[in-house]
Amino acid sequence: MRHCITPSDFTLKELDDLFDLAADIEKNPEKYAHACDGKKIATLFYEPSTRTRLSFEAAMMNLGGKALGFAGASQSSAAKGESVADTIRVVSCFADIAAIRHNKEGAALVASQFSDIPVINAGDGGHEHPTQTLLDMMTIRQLKGRLSNFTIGICGDLKFGRTVHSLVKTMARYEGVHFVFISPPELKVPDYIIDLLDEKGYTYEECIKLEDVITKLDLLYMTRVQRERFFNEEDYIRLKDFYVLTEKLMRSAKKDMYVLHPLPRVNEISVEVDKDPRAAYFKQVQYGVYVRMALILTLLGIRVD
Amino acid sequence: MLNVGKIVEGIVLDHIEAGKAMLIYHYLHLDREDYPVAIIKNARSNDMGRKDILKVECDPDLINLDAVAFVSPQATVNVIKGGKIVEKKKMTLPAEIKGVLKCHNPRCISSVEQELPHIFYLADAKRGIYRCRYCEEKHSYGETAKMFL
Repeated sequence: MRHCITPSDFTLKELDDLFDLAADIEKNPEKYAHACDGKKIATLFYEPSTRTRLSFEAAMMNLGGKALGFAGASQSSAAKGESVADTIRVVSCFADIAAIRHNKEGAALVASQFSDIPVINAGDGGHEHPTQTLLDMMTIRQLKGRLSNFTIGICGDLKFGRTVHSLVKTMARYEGVHFVFISPPELKVPDYIIDLLDEKGYTYEECIKLEDVITKLDLLYMTRVQRERFFNEEDYIRLKDFYVLTEKLMRSAKKDMYVLHPLPRVNEISVEVDKDPRAAYFKQVQYGVYVRMALILTLLGIRVD
Repeated sequence: MLNVGKIVEGIVLDHIEAGKAMLIYHYLHLDREDYPVAIIKNARSNDMGRKDILKVECDPDLINLDAVAFVSPQATVNVIKGGKIVEKKKMTLPAEIKGVLKCHNPRCISSVEQELPHIFYLADAKRGIYRCRYCEEKHSYGETAKMFL
């Protein structure tokens, strides 16, 4: 049985197949409308979420299946002290596949070890968020026509931003990707990501000011400073508006420098940037549904000819 | 010259980096057992200048030595049976350390999940760096004192 805990669970060939399938779903949605008739997805969300949970549920419904689950640890038996291992064993009796989001790092891995059904990591604390990575990459592939040979700037909270960790680890598997990490010193990318890039000989640079590097970027991935990851409110307040991408700043960027963001956005991208054709963050959400549909089909071993 | 009596059955950990014997003592959970144990600290050594030695009288098969190398990579193990050395082992960093070290990342699932084994995998053999299997938090052997379960 296959799970999706990190993007590295898939080979590059399997990722290509997944993106091809997602692209085919985008073109021919009706072909897949009954692929999962009679199937159910359990969305086990111990942390609040809008996009990811609804996206998984929409993905399963688009395939003809149904969704069940909970949104918030207070609504689950976790509030009574039930372990992740026990919860997933119980849920395995109700559903065919599960998507789990948890505030503790490694929770989805633990769930997969005790599960009788495929488990998808829908975000585990500040660690990984593989389906976000898949949809980020799908967006890049559709917009740029390739997943290699470009300079990508990643800006904001690079320490706790799980979308960043997953994206860098996965992009580092492709050739010719140069990373520019833009963050305040307190929110620098963790050492294990740097170790990984060093080990594989990838080129990267770290800087503090976005305006110093924006002209050389082919892609800009903005992130939010996440209040929920801070133990100290004072630190959060000091750092939350460190970066604001404005129309003026966009004028100095390349004509085809697309801006991605995992959303939700707070202040880090000015609303005036939304009308710029290079603003791709809402397209990402749409691609997210197609990628999750492709992932559900792949993990359930369902082929549609 | 310091003399410690020979043991009939057990293990002798030799060439331990000076000052590390107590760490290994705790790692092997010898504080929880009633085996006779001799700890020799800062013994003279031609090769190392100073070294620690640990002798434990017990059934050698009962001691999990997998991660001795994590604490002191150059340590050697002599297995004693019938008063004679029956095996000499050179320690190597194990691919996985299970149930010995504790992950201290408060955001790790292992900090809350009931009876979940603490597992570390060898991420960088050259630098002796292990990472938590669940959260990938880095731990190197210099930090071991605060990491025992």
